[in-house]
Amino acid sequence: MTPFTALTSVAAPLRLANLDTDQIIPARFLRHPRNPGYGGFLFHDLRFDGDGQERGDFVLNRPPFRQARILVAGSNFGGGSSREGAVFALADFGIRCVIAPSFGQIFYKNCVGNGVLPARLAEDAIDGLLAATEAETGTGGARPLCVDLEAQQITAPQTGAAASFEIEPFFREMLLRGLNEIGMTQAHHAEIEAFEAAYLHRFPHIGGPG
Amino acid sequence: MREPRPRPRTALDKLWDTHEILRHPGGPSLLYVSRVLVHDGSFHAFDMLRDAGLAVRRPAQIFGTADHYVSTVPGRIAGETAETRRVLDLFARNMRDNAIVHFAAGTPGQGIVHVVGPEQGITLPGTLLVCGDSHTSTHGGLGAFAFGIGQSELAHVLATQTIWQHRPRRMRIAIEGRLGRFVSAKDVILAIIARIGTSGAMGFMIEYAGSAVRALSVEERLTLCNMSIEAAARAGMVAADDKVFDYLHGRPHAPSGAAWDHAVAIWRGLGTDPGAVFDREVTLDAEAIAPMVSWGTTPEQTLPIDARVPSPAAESDPARRAQIEASLAYMGLTPGRPLAEIGIDVVFIGSCTNGRIEDLRAAAQVLRGRRTTVRTLVVPGSGQVREQARAEGLDRIFQAAGAEWREAGCSMCVAMNGDIVAPGQRCASTSNRNFAGRQGIGARTHLMSPAMAAAAAVAGCLTDVRRLEAVDP
Repeated sequence: MTPFTALTSVAAPLRLANLDTDQIIPARFLRHPRNPGYGGFLFHDLRFDGDGQERGDFVLNRPPFRQARILVAGSNFGGGSSREGAVFALADFGIRCVIAPSFGQIFYKNCVGNGVLPARLAEDAIDGLLAATEAETGTGGARPLCVDLEAQQITAPQTGAAASFEIEPFFREMLLRGLNEIGMTQAHHAEIEAFEAAYLHRFPHIGGPG
Repeated sequence: MREPRPRPRTALDKLWDTHEILRHPGGPSLLYVSRVLVHDGSFHAFDMLRDAGLAVRRPAQIFGTADHYVSTVPGRIAGETAETRRVLDLFARNMRDNAIVHFAAGTPGQGIVHVVGPEQGITLPGTLLVCGDSHTSTHGGLGAFAFGIGQSELAHVLATQTIWQHRPRRMRIAIEGRLGRFVSAKDVILAIIARIGTSGAMGFMIEYAGSAVRALSVEERLTLCNMSIEAAARAGMVAADDKVFDYLHGRPHAPSGAAWDHAVAIWRGLGTDPGAVFDREVTLDAEAIAPMVSWGTTPEQTLPIDARVPSPAAESDPARRAQIEASLAYMGLTPGRPLAEIGIDVVFIGSCTNGRIEDLRAAAQVLRGRRTTVRTLVVPGSGQVREQARAEGLDRIFQAAGAEWREAGCSMCVAMNGDIVAPGQRCASTSNRNFAGRQGIGARTHLMSPAMAAAAAVAGCLTDVRRLEAVDP
């Protein structure tokens, strides 16, 4: 996985609360094996109308945000279904960082597992950062945000507005090193072996035959 | 000198301590996983494992069943597509290649993964159980610590039989008193979510307690725990008691003989100690809970059946007001309209929430001697539930009422197998999610209990089952 260190991009605002993973990727697309086509499924029924045409009012269909690598979302973003296709779709679309006040817990771990940074930031801090990007809206552009994972900080470079975001140190390390959880567990093989032997001895009904 | 008394622990604390291998300085613990359930949507995890050149570590602790993609059309073949067939063949191959027990379609063991686990005795008290599906919280109804995970996490579990977890905070939700007639576990969990909200249990594991919860059957507890995730809880559980032991005794994968006695002795010590402290306590009065229906697009947007569609104008918080407006627009509802006169187009009775035999009995009780007036699907949660329903004659009641009697699977809850609600149509559903588009593009879902869904099927609109039942069929 590509390590995540820092990222500068326009940030697409999609600040609806409780945008669940069914909205991020409808279930009918989940049968596909992971491939680059997942980007086309992202927010499919919000992004496209019944004829498959782009809805002009959806943020990711508007010029400065089509290339956004940062998504700014509302609270409880990615709640509901555990479908990791939601993160495949975000990542394949090009989103590397989602900023929101809170995340669905399974979605949060799915993000980290795919090198996407879920940055928790209070609603008013998000307001401040977005206000700082808005100056040029209407003139065809939006100012970028800079996300620095090492410093756990997001800044709007042109105004100097800045906010620190929360992330658990374990997940920060995974992203910075570009490791998945299997990579984090490799060092603990011997402890797992010893624990498992003791556990299955104590609870013989768990181990099953063999 | 007396030994100092050990600090009282919650059931979660005990389960956590039993499964914790180590704690990482960066926060989470590495936990040992007792049981893994996989389903036909789990193919990404097997792909990831293959790509990483890793093997399944403990096949004997993993069990698989096809549910999301299986057709529920009688005989199944007619409802299959090349795409669903491909996913099901891939699943069968993954089970075979990794020597995992597979409850295949066409065998009575097959069914929705959260129905199969308990009924096969795979889910046991005191175990840590994971599955790549958010409704894994269901299994907490047997006293397991059970939660849903993503596909990357599942690949990790398959390879290592462990999982990284941050310790959840502890919440106890006590339901005290007696539930009224036709008020079910589904109404209880909907009332809880309406009270604490869609994010109300974020970061928590919920222990359900109180006299009304102890009085619930094992299957009702599974329904209660099933929707813990809809309040964003990490997991939900009810401490195991004799009802659970009786339920499990003799099931195919439950321990037997001396191993059974040994297991029960352990299970008896798993409950929350008196005096154990929770981070948050919530209490609901059982008598105040009415049959509930959802009106919006998140499960918290739920009200008693005798209420009216709410008005956004009454909401002072602008973000919440905007969400109510968006939900009403999607659902095609106007404020002030009584819920109990909203017409429906289709009824779905089934899912991991309400696809067990007691759910089908509750629906059949209402449909006996009556006729449905809209399309009604009855989808048993497993082949075993289906067989049991047939043995009790429930299938004949459903068919005499004009309902479709289907094969086991997730069906119209997740709408991945061809069972979908058409755009703009309104569905009275016993499933767990009323999200926009969940049951099909533009589909409008109202969540409710099996008895309420059956009553809606008869009336053709949302209705209070207690009122319908007051009149002889």
